Amino acid sequence: MRRLFPVLLVLCMALFAYAPFLILNAPYESTMGLVQKIFYFHVSTAITMFVSAFTCGIASAIFLFGRRPAADRVGFAAAELTVLLGLVVLISGPLWARKAWGVWWQWDARLTSTLVMWLVFQAYLLLRRFGGPGSEKLAAAVGLFGAALVPFVYWSVNMWRTVHPTTNVVPTLDASMRGPFLWCVAAFLCLYVLLLAARTELEKRRSRLDELYLALED
Amino acid sequence: MTFLSTATLVARKDLLVEARSREVIYTSLLFAISCMLVFAFGLVKDGRVIADAAGAILWITIAFAGTLALSRIFDRERQNETLRALLLAPTPRAAIYVGKFAGVLGLLLLVEGIVVPLVVLMFDAQLFRHTGWMLGLLLAGSAGYAAVGTLFAAMLARSRSRGALLPVLLYPITVPVIIGGVRGTAALLQPEADLVLARAWLMMLIAFDAVFITLSLWTFEPAMTE
Amino acid sequence: MDFTSLTFSNVSRHFGRRRALSSVSFAVHAGQVVALLGANGSGKSTLLSIAATLLEASSGEVRYGEVTARGGGAGLRRAIGVLGHDLYVYPELSAAENLRFFGHLYGLDKVEHRVAAALGAAALADRGDDPVATYSRGMRQRLALERALLHEPRLLLLDEPFTGLDDPSSLALRGRLAHLRERGGIVLLTTHELEAIETLVDAAYVLVRGRVQPLINGAGSLRERYRQQVEA
Repeated sequence: MRRLFPVLLVLCMALFAYAPFLILNAPYESTMGLVQKIFYFHVSTAITMFVSAFTCGIASAIFLFGRRPAADRVGFAAAELTVLLGLVVLISGPLWARKAWGVWWQWDARLTSTLVMWLVFQAYLLLRRFGGPGSEKLAAAVGLFGAALVPFVYWSVNMWRTVHPTTNVVPTLDASMRGPFLWCVAAFLCLYVLLLAARTELEKRRSRLDELYLALED
Repeated sequence: MTFLSTATLVARKDLLVEARSREVIYTSLLFAISCMLVFAFGLVKDGRVIADAAGAILWITIAFAGTLALSRIFDRERQNETLRALLLAPTPRAAIYVGKFAGVLGLLLLVEGIVVPLVVLMFDAQLFRHTGWMLGLLLAGSAGYAAVGTLFAAMLARSRSRGALLPVLLYPITVPVIIGGVRGTAALLQPEADLVLARAWLMMLIAFDAVFITLSLWTFEPAMTE
Repeated sequence: MDFTSLTFSNVSRHFGRRRALSSVSFAVHAGQVVALLGANGSGKSTLLSIAATLLEASSGEVRYGEVTARGGGAGLRRAIGVLGHDLYVYPELSAAENLRFFGHLYGLDKVEHRVAAALGAAALADRGDDPVATYSRGMRQRLALERALLHEPRLLLLDEPFTGLDDPSSLALRGRLAHLRERGGIVLLTTHELEAIETLVDAAYVLVRGRVQPLINGAGSLRERYRQQVEA
């Protein structure tokens, strides 16, 4: 990962540098006009957030059943990033909704699902912080359950809400919008990998520091 | 001791302990009724409850009373560290989870036995028009809630801030159960009950139960041992 | 599963940055009563938890005969009895019900017979059907000891077993432990009541901030030697 990092960093910067041009030149959506263009970043972030939730779930499972401390570090980093990305989605969503439909929040199925998942992973973080010693394993259980929850939340919140203007964005996406959209998704996923790697490395340093403290006492 | 006999033994012990003091059942029931009362002040207009609110009141009351019961049940285990004694026994640890889950579910169903008729009476909700479906929703929903709740309450039993953390952990994860329960009940309460929709919700609840009971069984031992 | 020794090899345990145990090594054999002495917070309870398989060592190894803690599983737990600081009994149930529950949980035969014998040994036969919540501390302690011994474990771990015991009970406990030693049991206990265990223990270890040292031999009572060692 260490050697790959600078390469990915450059790639990521390039992807993000070119993205605005692609977005600018993308066609206008018929009903919403310019405002719709927030979707390129908003939905990309949402997709990345779900990737992050699954990463946390898988890492948590490895930590719980395989007892690998490295997995716990990845899980922790992924949970933090899930919360961060979720926050971006939950802020950009209402901004879009306000401009497009005049209301900040209308319990749209996807935003509501994002809110639920955000709460679950925020609970992960709270547990680690306030749960006392041994809360790493408990948090991992929350992470695992959170990842397993995704299909259920998605389905039930969707069923709970009747039609939302653009429920299936990607399949019904105009061909000329698909290109820029996938570019943005790639950019965000690349950014995610970088952030995950950096955060995990930070955790690794922190545990190394703990080990040094302990060794010092000997 | 086999898995099933251990689970039965633990469940029966819980039943016996609870039967002696009846603390949890009384407090949960009273709490549930107070809860419904508070909701009534918010949701009853001109003597009648707002449309569809009866299902919501029912399930939210169950969720809140459930959290109270869970906290109390595991606080009791913690006080004498009896959870540790159970973990020390030469029995499969997951069987302990099943035993406690059965106890919690039983308690929850008992509370519902009082709350459901009260909701019918106080909010004029025809919950028993399709008794089979209603019972199905209640059982499947309660099982899902109890499954996740038992695991988390057990995990948190020895944590700091356990009182505050249990709801924070439990409510987001049981969102599908709440939605399924409320919407399924609402479907049944329609003038022309939408049985197709109710069935869809029931199926989801059953799927939730299957997935999360399984996950809890796997996770109990690793999560409870340091 | 049976074994004749409990061995700690270089066991350490930390919680985050706090080291609870540091390179602890010692062994206890069948037919021995060994005491762990130390101030509060010195790591005694952590050590007992690890010996009980409730906690895992961060590093090092614990062996029961040839078997490690992880490899032992349920069979190993059957051979361990624990008298914890918090007693592990249900206050809402009676002594008889508590013993019956644990008897069935451990898959013992002739449970009723064993329960009766245990109540007798704890001098609780006449109060056997009263809820434990009505018992004094000493009575609960006696019940908890019987609960720990019900399944005749090879290894007995006791955390401050003499707390709250009056003289007759303390004497009775000493007698039980001596009897266990004769029958080849392995007994590891922690206590502050050094006078009570004076003639009982075969060896003693002192825990100071997570490190274990054997108690110095020599003349003088346990308490004198302990004080000497700790103040050194």
